[in-house]
Amino acid sequence: MNRVVITGAGTINSLGADVPATYEAMREGRCGIGQLEIADVDRLSIQIGGQIKGYDEAAHFNRQQISLYDRFTQFTLLAARQAIGQSGLTFSGALADHSGVVLGTSGGGLNTQDENYRAVYEAGKNRVHPFIVPKLMNNAAASHVSMEWNLRGPSFTVATACASSNHAMGQAFNMVRCGMAKVMVTGGSEAMLCFGGIKAWEGLRVMSKDACRPFSATRNGMVQGEGAGVFVFEDYAHAKARGADILCEVIGFAMSSDASDIVTPSKQGAARAIAGAIKDAGLDSAEVGYINAHGTGTAANDKTECAAVADVFGAHADKLMMSSTKSMHGHLIGGTGAVELLACIMALRDGVVAPTIGYEEPDPECALDVVPNVARDAKVDVALSNAFAFGGLNAVIALRKH
Amino acid sequence: MSIKDQVIAIIAGQAMLEPSDIKMDHTLEDVGIDSLGLVESIFAIEETFDITVPFNANDPQAGDFDISSVAAIIKAVEQLKAEQAG
Repeated sequence: MNRVVITGAGTINSLGADVPATYEAMREGRCGIGQLEIADVDRLSIQIGGQIKGYDEAAHFNRQQISLYDRFTQFTLLAARQAIGQSGLTFSGALADHSGVVLGTSGGGLNTQDENYRAVYEAGKNRVHPFIVPKLMNNAAASHVSMEWNLRGPSFTVATACASSNHAMGQAFNMVRCGMAKVMVTGGSEAMLCFGGIKAWEGLRVMSKDACRPFSATRNGMVQGEGAGVFVFEDYAHAKARGADILCEVIGFAMSSDASDIVTPSKQGAARAIAGAIKDAGLDSAEVGYINAHGTGTAANDKTECAAVADVFGAHADKLMMSSTKSMHGHLIGGTGAVELLACIMALRDGVVAPTIGYEEPDPECALDVVPNVARDAKVDVALSNAFAFGGLNAVIALRKH
Repeated sequence: MSIKDQVIAIIAGQAMLEPSDIKMDHTLEDVGIDSLGLVESIFAIEETFDITVPFNANDPQAGDFDISSVAAIIKAVEQLKAEQAG
């Protein structure tokens, strides 16, 4: 089995347009959630989100690219450019054939669907732009990354709702670990902040109208976000031989299925994924210093997640730190695990644990150290990142300081 | 703007060239428009002139819409507009 390391990271999200800006916002406990600026927002009962403000697609892409790149693809390409740039890799010859891209998304080109349904249903147009299909398809982002950087090996897209990115990164990790690929570009992206994308979530009645306050007794729901996180997962021997700057090591991954309910989370399912990742990494559970929680800010998720962590870690649950950065960047749905992995890397590499902001009042059912409101300096050697999706599909990834 | 000038503007926009760079005997290939660009050009022609262009990307040469040169495309659009008026 090959060891796997991360040699590049990139992002764009409501906290910042790159990794340093995102780290800075996380260190300062800044909130990227605000009033949504989208069409027909007045017809929504939920009017807040972690939206990327001031984004100008024309500043990054030409007209022909824009005709093919949905917002979720644009975010992916911007994040991938940063990550691959940082890695210093160029893909040609045998390396290109043994490198691929696996990305998570839940809604894919949802803005493209939303706009064009408006055109044909609302505006009554009978003719649509020829590229709607290649623009909206869930694999568009992965395919454009493969084309832009000549990644000719295994490439695909994973859609498991809120766990999509973690499932994608888990696949990338195992593909490099088992020797199926030398380098995998991985992570995920979401751009669901359009009228239809928010209206659908509104229907579930799990959304907050004012803020995302994970683990706080006053929490009243989740808040959507948007953006992308992309990483370069590389065979350790390959990275070492070329003298790459290693951000951290990926040491374990596990997934589980609740097999019980389409929306209600299960403590057992979550616990099996967390315990599975610890076992896969060959860790003693006491080595885990930080968990980036799924922490959606809903009543059900947060208490179930805390109970699962208490079950897996026993007495150590009171010693480790667990924060939810969704309080700052919102829930990026299929892209969320990718942006949240950044908080794990920051903890390992910089010794700064991102806080759970918006925390107002302790909840006895969430009685863990959730790093309330203020970032904390701490030495962390091992970090986990949780993702528990609607549909009961769970994915947990384990990282170690390098 | 005449039909000719509008068609040239569409082709120039797609090819990312100036309208003055487009010659009547140019083929779309000459100006660097590929198959995706051709489909997008047809769409732009339909939107601009409010016509339906008989074009199937499976077999671009088939059908009555001649795309063999810039001049041919202009002539085909003029014909469709004339049919529409009649």
